[in-house]
Amino acid sequence: MPQTAKLALEDGTVLTGNSFGAEGEVDGEVCFNTSMTGYQEILTDPSYRGQIVTMTYPQIGNYGVNAEDVESRRPFLAGFVVRELSPRVSNFRADGPLADYLKQAGIVAVQGIDTRALVRRIRIHGALRGVLSTTDPDDARLVQKAKASPGLVGRDLVREVIPEGPIEWNQPLSPWAKLASPAESAAEPSRKTRPHVVALDYGLKWNIARHLFGMGCRVTILPGTATAEDVLKRQPDGVFLSNGPGDPEPLDYARRTIRGLLGKRPIFGICLGHQLLSLACGAKTFKLKFGHRGANQPVLNHATGRVEITCQNHGFAVEADTLPDELEVTHLNLNDNTVEGVRHRKLPAFSVQYHPEASAGPHDSDYLFEQFRQMLA
Amino acid sequence: MPRRDDIHKILLIGSGPIIIGQACEFDYSGTQACKALREEGYKVVLVNSNPATIMTDPEMADRTYIEPLCWQIVAKVIEAERPDALLPTLGGQTGLNLAMDLVQHGVLEEYGVEMIGATAEVIAKAEQRDQFKEAMERIGLACCRGETVHTLEEARQVLKKIGLPCVVRPSFTLGGTGSSVAYNRGEFDRLISRGLEESPVRQVLLEESVLGWKEYEMEVMRDADDNVVIICSIENFDAMGVHTGDSITVAPAQTLTDKEYQRMRDASLAVIREIGVETGGSNIQFAIHPDDGRMVVIEMNPRVSRSSALASKATGFPIAKIAAKLAIGYRLHELPNDITRKTKACFEPTIDYVVTKIPRFAFEKFPEADARLTTQMKSVGETMAIGRTFKESFQKALRGLEVGSFGFGCDGKDLWGSAEQPSIEEVRSKLATPGAERAWHLRYAMKYGMPVEEIYDLTGIDPWFLENLREINDLEEHLRGLGDLAKVSDATLRRAKQFGFSDRQLATIFNRAEMDIRSERKQRGIVATFKAVDTCAAEFEAYTPYYYSTYEDEDETPPKKPSQRRVMILGGGPNRIGQGIEFDYCCCHASFALRELGIESIMVNSNPETVSTDYDTSDILFFEPLTTEDVLNICDRINPDGVIVQFGGQTPLNLARALSNAGVPIIGTSVDTIEDAEDREKFKALLHRLELKQPANAIARNMAQARNEVAKVGFPALVRPSFVLGGRAMEICYDAGQFERFVAEAFVVAQGQPVLIDRFLEDAVEVDVDAIADGDQVIVAGVMEHIEEAGVHSGDSACVIPPYSLPGPVVAEIRTATTAMARTLKVVGLMNVQFAVKLENGQPNVYVIEVNPRASRTVPFVSKATGMAVAKAAAKVMVGVSLAEQGYGQDPIPSHVSIKEAVFPFVKFAGVDIVLGPEMKSTGEVMGISERFSIAFAKSQLAAGSVLPRRGKIFVSVADRAKDHVVGLARRLQKLGFELLATKGTAARLEEAGVRVQRLKKIQEGHPNLLDYMIDGDLQLVMNTPSGKGARTDEGSIRAAAVSHGIPCLTTIQAADAAVRAMEAMQDEEMTVQAVQDRFPQYGTLRGGGR
Repeated sequence: MPQTAKLALEDGTVLTGNSFGAEGEVDGEVCFNTSMTGYQEILTDPSYRGQIVTMTYPQIGNYGVNAEDVESRRPFLAGFVVRELSPRVSNFRADGPLADYLKQAGIVAVQGIDTRALVRRIRIHGALRGVLSTTDPDDARLVQKAKASPGLVGRDLVREVIPEGPIEWNQPLSPWAKLASPAESAAEPSRKTRPHVVALDYGLKWNIARHLFGMGCRVTILPGTATAEDVLKRQPDGVFLSNGPGDPEPLDYARRTIRGLLGKRPIFGICLGHQLLSLACGAKTFKLKFGHRGANQPVLNHATGRVEITCQNHGFAVEADTLPDELEVTHLNLNDNTVEGVRHRKLPAFSVQYHPEASAGPHDSDYLFEQFRQMLA
Repeated sequence: MPRRDDIHKILLIGSGPIIIGQACEFDYSGTQACKALREEGYKVVLVNSNPATIMTDPEMADRTYIEPLCWQIVAKVIEAERPDALLPTLGGQTGLNLAMDLVQHGVLEEYGVEMIGATAEVIAKAEQRDQFKEAMERIGLACCRGETVHTLEEARQVLKKIGLPCVVRPSFTLGGTGSSVAYNRGEFDRLISRGLEESPVRQVLLEESVLGWKEYEMEVMRDADDNVVIICSIENFDAMGVHTGDSITVAPAQTLTDKEYQRMRDASLAVIREIGVETGGSNIQFAIHPDDGRMVVIEMNPRVSRSSALASKATGFPIAKIAAKLAIGYRLHELPNDITRKTKACFEPTIDYVVTKIPRFAFEKFPEADARLTTQMKSVGETMAIGRTFKESFQKALRGLEVGSFGFGCDGKDLWGSAEQPSIEEVRSKLATPGAERAWHLRYAMKYGMPVEEIYDLTGIDPWFLENLREINDLEEHLRGLGDLAKVSDATLRRAKQFGFSDRQLATIFNRAEMDIRSERKQRGIVATFKAVDTCAAEFEAYTPYYYSTYEDEDETPPKKPSQRRVMILGGGPNRIGQGIEFDYCCCHASFALRELGIESIMVNSNPETVSTDYDTSDILFFEPLTTEDVLNICDRINPDGVIVQFGGQTPLNLARALSNAGVPIIGTSVDTIEDAEDREKFKALLHRLELKQPANAIARNMAQARNEVAKVGFPALVRPSFVLGGRAMEICYDAGQFERFVAEAFVVAQGQPVLIDRFLEDAVEVDVDAIADGDQVIVAGVMEHIEEAGVHSGDSACVIPPYSLPGPVVAEIRTATTAMARTLKVVGLMNVQFAVKLENGQPNVYVIEVNPRASRTVPFVSKATGMAVAKAAAKVMVGVSLAEQGYGQDPIPSHVSIKEAVFPFVKFAGVDIVLGPEMKSTGEVMGISERFSIAFAKSQLAAGSVLPRRGKIFVSVADRAKDHVVGLARRLQKLGFELLATKGTAARLEEAGVRVQRLKKIQEGHPNLLDYMIDGDLQLVMNTPSGKGARTDEGSIRAAAVSHGIPCLTTIQAADAAVRAMEAMQDEEMTVQAVQDRFPQYGTLRGGGR
C-alpha cells in the first residue's frame, strides 16, 4: 500500500491522498499553478519558497525530469500536490522519474486528491495556509498546525533561497529554446566588449541569467542582500533585479540597494524585482486573493497595443493607485487589470511583473531582454 | 479596433454534404459564424447544399441559399445578393476550394467582393505544397523532404532521391483523399496514378516517410494586430502514418516537456505569421522524432477544421465564433471569454482534464474496402470523452463509440477467453497494421504478457499511453483475482471507477447484472461527480459551462431552479452511416424549442463535431457517452422533469427501456408504444384493425424457423436483423441459396435479437412520411416519393416533396393511413412511416412497410422543403403544447419541388462496387429546389457532385429487365445530341429499336473498352444498372472506375429516367437560385407558426 499523505487547510478541510515524495511534514501557503507543462521548472523556481504548489493539470510526471530543465540548484517549495503521478516516464530527454527526484530533494508530495476541488476552494476563499504531512494522521491536529502556519505576509523568504556568494554565470539558453539551430555563438562579442550585468538574486530563475548571457552579456550574480556599493564596485553596465519568493514589503535592504542604484545604472526587474523597484520609487504592494500562477496570462503592452501571453508567478502586486508620477504603467493584465509592468519616466529603469524568461511558459516577451540590452552602453 | 463599418453584407459558404473528412463540424462552425456576424449587425448570406444543417435553418442567416456548391451557382448568389465580403475559412475544404474557384474565375473581382479571414494568396501558400515548403524553409522549419510531381515519370525520378516507403499526397483534396504510403514500386506506381487523378490540379506531393514519429496538432488563432494564441495542443495516440482523422487523439499534449512544447508553440506562431493568415483559426500538424525530438511541420490548414471543432469542444473556447469576429476587425482582447465573462478571449485555455477522441469506422458496410488505416481518412464519425485522467477518458471514449464495447475489454465485444480469442501472432499482426480494432488488441497483447516496449515497437504508440493502458489491464486482473464484488474494498472499487471502468465492465468481471453493480456501488457512496469545462482550470468562475463525469470529491452541477422545468435531450453519439447530422439537427431543435418555452434544456451527447455539443446550444451540456449508466448518473444529479429519447436516432431509443425501468421520466410517445411498433405481432394486429396492407412477413429466432417462414412469405424476400438502424445486414434474397447466406449473416448482426423476413415488393414505389402527433391532432409534415424503387435503402435513395408520380388519391390514402396509425399508436411527437405503392392488376396498392415513432433522417429535409420547423414543433408537443396551440392546423404542402439526394463515400474506398441496396451506405445528403422536378433533380445531382452533361458520350448498360425501359431513354438522349456507347447486349437491344449506338468491347475483350474512354476523359455519364444479385463483379468494376474517374454513374433505371428529364430541361432552362426566406415569407415575421 502506498503511504498516505494529508493536506490540511486552515479552514478545516483535510484532503487525503498518497505520498510520492519525501516523508515528512511541511506547512505553507497553498497555491495553484495552471500550466499544463513545465512542472520541473515550477518545482525549481525559488519563488515558490513557503508554498505548497498544486498543479491544476491532473497528469504530472509524464516526461520525468532531466538535468537541463532546472531553474535553480534545487526545489525550494514547501510541498507539491497533483491529481495523478504518471506511472511512466516517456521522453527522450528524461533522466528519471519525478518521484525519485522529489524524494532526493526532500520535497513532500501528494497525489490522488481532488485538485480541482482544492483549486475552487482557493479561488473562492483566497489563498489558504496548509500543512502537508505524511507523518501525522490526526486531522484535527493537522488543521491546528495549518492555522499556526505563518503564511507569507511580512516574512523575508528571500534569505532562504539566495546564493551564499557571487557567481559568474556562463550558460546560454537551452538549444530547445530556439527554433532554428543556434548559430549566434559565432557572433558572440569578445569578452572585453561584453556589457556587464550584475543580477541581484532574490531567488533568481536561471533562465533569466541564460537569456542575459545568451545575448552577449557578462553576468555576475550577487545575493539579493548585496548593497548598492557591492554592486557598483563591480562596475556593471546594468543591474538586473530578479524574481523571488513572498512579500516584497519587509525587504528593506533590497529597497535601499535599488534606491542607491537608480539613475546610476540601467535597471531591469522581473516579478519580485518589479515590485521592489516600484516600492523603491514609492509605490505600495498588496496581496492578491490567490495570485497569478500559470503560463497563459494575457498582458497588454501599452506601447505596441499588442497582447503577450505570459508566464506568471506572484501572490503580491503593485497597487496602481499608489504609483508615483515617475513610474508609468507599461503593461496591464487583461484578466484583472493589475499592473504588469512599469517604466521610470526619467531614469533608465523598467520592470515587469511577469516572466519574460518563460520557463515554463511562452516566449512572447523575449524582446524585454533585448530592450534591456539596448540600454547598456 | 472595433468591427469594420465598411462592409455590411457577408457571404458564408458551407461545406455541403457530410462526407468522410468533412462532417457536421462545419455546421457547428458555420452556425457559430452566422450567429457571431449577425450579432454584430451584419447581413449574412449563406450558401450550402446540405439541408440537414442547423446553419441552413431560415432563422440562422438573413439570406439562405440551399443550392449546389459550385462556383457558377455561387456566382449567381453573389450576383443576386451583392455581398461586400466573403468569409471562406469556416466551410471546410469545400468552402476554401470554392472561394479559390470564385477568385480564379474572376467572380469576386467582378462584383467587388473582398475575401476576409484569409486571402487567395494565403490559401495558395498554405495549400500548395511547394509554396508551403518554401515558406517553411524561410523561417527555418523543417518539412518532410519531398517534391511535387505532375506525371508518373517525374515521380519515379523523385523516388530515387527519397526512397521507399514514401507518402503520396494529391494536392487540394479533402480529408487527405488519395493520400497513402507506398511500400513498394508496384504500389508506388498505382498510388501516383490514382493521386494524379484525384487531385483537381493534377499534382501529387511525394514525401519522405515519417512513419512512427509522434504526431501533434496545434490550434492557433490570430487577429489583425498579429496577436496569436494557441487554443489547444493535441497529441495523437496513433503515431504518424494514420491520418489524424482516423487516429485516436488526446488533448492536451502529454509527453512534451515545456521546452519542447514552447518550441512547437514558437513554430506554430512562426507558421501562421509566415503563411499570413490575417485573422482566424488555423491548424498546424507536426511530427516529432521520438528518439531525438527532431521536429518537422507536416501541414497547416488556414481555416477552421475538424481539429478546431475538437479543440473547441475540448477546451470550451469557441474557435469558429471568435474566428468570425476576428475576420470583421475585432482583436482577441476586445472579445469576451463567454464562459468566464470577466476575462477576454485573448488567452490560452488551460484544461484540468484529459480529452480522448476516438474515430468510428464503417468498414462493415464496405466489406470489399481496404480496412487498413493509412494517411487517407476512412472514419465516418468520432466520439470524444473527458476524464480527469487519460485512463478514465480513454475508457469513456471507448464506450462512447457505441460499437458494443463498454471500455477497454470486459464487455460483449471482448474476445479474450472466448472461442475467438486471437492468437499472439494475430495480435502482433493487428498491432503492426493499424485498423479499427487496434485499441482492443493492445489489451490482448498485454494479456499475452507482451512488454510495453515490444508493443511500442510494433505500433509506435508512445509508451506513456501504453503504460496507462497496462494499468487499466492490471486493475482488471486484480479485480478478476478478487472474484467477487463483496471482496472489493471501497477504495479499490472507487479506483476502478476512476480508471474509467463502466458498471457493465464490472458486471462482466464479477458475473453480475449491471444494475446490481450500480446499486451496490451507490450504496457504498461511490457516485459520479460532474466537473465543469471552463477554459481556465477553475481559475475563474464559469457561467456557461458544460460538464463531464468523473469520480472525485466535489460535484459542480448547478442546482435545480425551483420554478423552472428541466428537460433532458439524449443525443445521437458519434456519426455513423445511418445516424448522423440529421438526428443532431433534431436534438438541437428540441433544445431551441425548450428555450422558447422557458424550460431549462439539458443536452447529453458525446459527438464533438455537432452543434448540439456547442456550449451555447442548450442551458446545460453534459459531454458524456450515451450509455444507460452514464445517463442515469446524470439523472441522479439533475433530476430532469422529462427526458426526450426520440430525437437522437437509435442510440437513445436503445436506452429507453432501461431508463424507463429505472424511473426516468421519458416524455412523448411512451416506451411501450415505441416497442409495440417494433413488435411484429402487435404491429400486424394493429394494421389489421386499421385495414391497412402489409407485405407478407415473418419473424425468426433461428435458422430452421427462418427456412420455415420464408416458405410462407415467398421470394424475393427481404431479411434484416431487428433493432438495427441503417439497414445493417439487410439483404434481398431471390432464392434459397442467397437466403441461407444472408440470414446467417443477419443473425450474427442481430446479436441475439430475431431476424425479420418480409416479402420484397419488386418494382414498387417507396414513400417516406414524417408526421407529428400530439395525441389528438396529426400533421403529416412531409410525403416523400422515392426516386429509386423500393429495395434501395430509404437513406440512400433520392426523394421528392411533393410526390411527383403518385396519383392524388394514393397520396391522400397515405396521409389518412399515417394519421390513423399515429392516433392508434398514441404517438406524441414524431413518427416516420415507410410505404410501398405497387401497381397490381392496374391498381395502385398501398403497403405499410415500417413505422417508427421517432425522429427520422428526413426531418430536416422535410423542414427545409415545407418551411415547417418539424422537430421544434414535435418537441413542444412532447412538453405539452398541442399542435393547435402552436398554430398548426393543416399539413404543409409546398408549391415548389424539393429533392433530397444521397452522397456516398465510395471515392474513399477504391474498387468498391457502388450499387445501392437495402443496406445504407451514404454519409450525407444534398437538396435541390426548383419550381420544376427536372431542374430540382439536376440541382440535386450537381450538389451531390454529379455534373449531368449537356453533350458528349454516355455509356449505357442495363440489366435485362430494364432493357425495354432503356430504349425510350436512349432515344431521348440521342435526340439531345448525345453519343451512346454500349457493349453487346444493350447495344443489340438499342440497335434493334433503331437507336444509333457505338459498340464497345468488354474490358476483358481488349481495347478500346470503356475504361479507355474513362481514362481519356472522353465519357460524360455512365448508366449501369445491376443485373440482380451475384453477377456484380464485372459491372462493379465499371462502376467503381466511374467513381474514381469522377464520372457520374446512375445505377437505377428510375434515377436514369429522372436524369434524362433533367438533361432535357437543362437544354432550355438555366438553373436559378432563390433564397429560402423568399420561399417561406413567414420567416422574419412568424416564429414557427403554421400556414
